[in-house]
Amino acid sequence: MARTISLLARHAPLASVEHQRAALAALPLARDFGDAAQSAGAWPLRPHAIATLQINVGKLCNQTCRHCHVDAGPDRQETMSRETMALCLRALASTTIPTVDITGGAPELNPHFRWLVEQAAAMGRHVMDRCNLTVLTTAGQADLPEFFARHRVEVVASLPHYRATNTDRQRGDGVYDKSIAALKRLNEAGYGDGRSGLRLVLVTNPVGAYLPPSQASLEAEWKRELMCQHGVTFDALYCITNMPISRYLDWLVESDNLAGYMERLVTAFNPSTMSGLMCRDTLSVGWDGLLYDCDFNQMLELGVEAASARHIRDFDPSALAGRSIVVGRHCFGCTAGAGSSCGGSLAS
Amino acid sequence: MADSYYDPHDLPRFPDIGNNAPDLAKKFFEWYGAVFADGALSAREKSLIALAVAHAVQCPYCIDAYSKDALEKGSDLDQMTEAVHVAAAIRGGASLVHGVQMRKHAERLGM
Repeated sequence: MARTISLLARHAPLASVEHQRAALAALPLARDFGDAAQSAGAWPLRPHAIATLQINVGKLCNQTCRHCHVDAGPDRQETMSRETMALCLRALASTTIPTVDITGGAPELNPHFRWLVEQAAAMGRHVMDRCNLTVLTTAGQADLPEFFARHRVEVVASLPHYRATNTDRQRGDGVYDKSIAALKRLNEAGYGDGRSGLRLVLVTNPVGAYLPPSQASLEAEWKRELMCQHGVTFDALYCITNMPISRYLDWLVESDNLAGYMERLVTAFNPSTMSGLMCRDTLSVGWDGLLYDCDFNQMLELGVEAASARHIRDFDPSALAGRSIVVGRHCFGCTAGAGSSCGGSLAS
Repeated sequence: MADSYYDPHDLPRFPDIGNNAPDLAKKFFEWYGAVFADGALSAREKSLIALAVAHAVQCPYCIDAYSKDALEKGSDLDQMTEAVHVAAAIRGGASLVHGVQMRKHAERLGM
């Protein structure tokens, strides 16, 4: 399999968000997301109270997965500074937002990552790390499981399949073996035993142009197979839909699957997912401090509609509470079938 | 008149079969849906069985539908390929085991 490199490094047209937005806008869809939301009685889409501050600390990653909506990779230089992290912590301190969800790229590669975790945990907030697993096998990161355990960090780890075939197809040759090694290290540190409170969640998303499986149906099978094959345990399985953004969008275009995939998402619109959409209780912070309704809007550079609070330095909960959530055609990815969010599916 | 007996665009029109027998179609589709729900077998396992049977009966509509369904239920291409081999083995074995009848006929007629 050809090695994936970032769209930016390839100088691909879809490295630009304008090209991405244009590619989505050009599709002859049966309806737009606003129409669908209106039919579900959820228009304009308004936020609930912020329950999660999701901080994207940068696009640097040791992997270059084929479906990555961030276009992350080893070549990416965008990294959140300690000053911007301090602004995030200041915003956090002014609220009772219970959860801090740290993502990337590979967030652990940000040189200030551990400081951010320590500070947020010391404030009594629940900290989540979106981990690609293989980062635990890179230089200087071997003690991450113990660091996570010390700060009671919930580890949300990507693994496309409990077998090697699809994992390596999506994430690169050899990723499966490294991922299993990392999971064993997390288990050794007490993660995923169901008793320690050290929560280990696995995230799977499709390796192709189709919807994800039912997490309720598959979780028991994944637990059985990973235990039988590798002696690995974990707490929960999240099944997440791929978003037609960045490298996944590029793959959809290249493989001539874009129109069919978008039609599938639109056809599978499920009104019951609207109330649980993550954009309704999450505030997303970009590596440069700009604010978004979700990580996907962040990658399409669709900032929050709150003129006075577009950067974390101007964090203003009341201004943000009055905003409408910015939507686009990519939003059909969160409402298709059982729905999709950073916490997995939204409906049974 | 279509150029081919099989048209991929016919698959989404499957519900049209209820137009002249709605009660029968309603019963069929309700039963069909119930068959594929999680039960003693998981929905993923049932989807693989359906994929194998689709190849045994050589239904292009079913192969289209259950290739996609098996992926969406969480199977990978290794598992799907093995399911097709199961169908092929039963089809091949079914032919071969009739060789016993052939042998009996030949033994009865031969010297």
